[in-house]
Amino acid sequence: MDWMKIVAALALIMFIVYLFPRARHMMENSPKGSSADWMGFVVPILVIVLFVMLLVQLV
Amino acid sequence: MDQNYSTIGRSSRTKQAIEINKVLRNTYLLLAMTLLFSGLTASISMMMNMPPMTYLISVIGGMVIAMFVLPRFAHSTAGIGIVFLITGLLGFGLGPILSMYASVPNGSNIIMLSLGGTGVIFMGLSAYVLATRKDFSFLGGFLMVGFLLVLVAAVANIFLAIPAMSLMISAVVIMLMSGFILHDTSRIIHGGETNYILATIGLYMTIFNIFISLLQILGIMGGDD
Repeated sequence: MDWMKIVAALALIMFIVYLFPRARHMMENSPKGSSADWMGFVVPILVIVLFVMLLVQLV
Repeated sequence: MDQNYSTIGRSSRTKQAIEINKVLRNTYLLLAMTLLFSGLTASISMMMNMPPMTYLISVIGGMVIAMFVLPRFAHSTAGIGIVFLITGLLGFGLGPILSMYASVPNGSNIIMLSLGGTGVIFMGLSAYVLATRKDFSFLGGFLMVGFLLVLVAAVANIFLAIPAMSLMISAVVIMLMSGFILHDTSRIIHGGETNYILATIGLYMTIFNIFISLLQILGIMGGDD
């Protein structure tokens, strides 16, 4: 149904407009992470990616 | 004199640690209760055979309440009721989607795998943060910008309807929500989030999004979507 697509798009756009100032504030005020900090993030995310691939194999 | 300062410092740190543990305990307790409540409302919605548009209406309703009503009541006990309202609404919206998956061959397997997978991802990442006590506050800006980009892509894909793009969006959402679990849990244990109502709704949203995205990925890859 086309009206559902339009309503969904409008809701997402509203959400984007609501989040934009918060995102900009967080971009400007978030502390910078070291390479060790980023590794501490990347490694568990890679594990999650592998886990999702395993789930796909199980379907 | 030094000993007095040291004692005061130690006492203040102990007090802060107790406060953080209290926020963490209350967050997980409220999260568990809201997840059970969502399961209940999803079951009711399935039994009532609600139409697919229920999902859209419930998500918009939940979003509006979370954005405009919850912040006003987050510091009072009424906030707990509002969290149940939001999570109940989101659970109710899930009903038609779960009914749709349940009606296709292998659908119940996809639902159970998504549910279990979401639980494993959430518990695994939470345990990782609690065990390592790493500070993930540096992720805030990166995750928010990533989330905004995904939302823009999702708006485009509503009209483009490209399955590969849906798959890509779902995969990125899982990675971003995993990042949010690390970020939000780290904020709680480092005293950055002292309101368990707001902490609960943040974690609930990550779990909800991971579940929906896993459902979509497994549905598409399982060939039953």
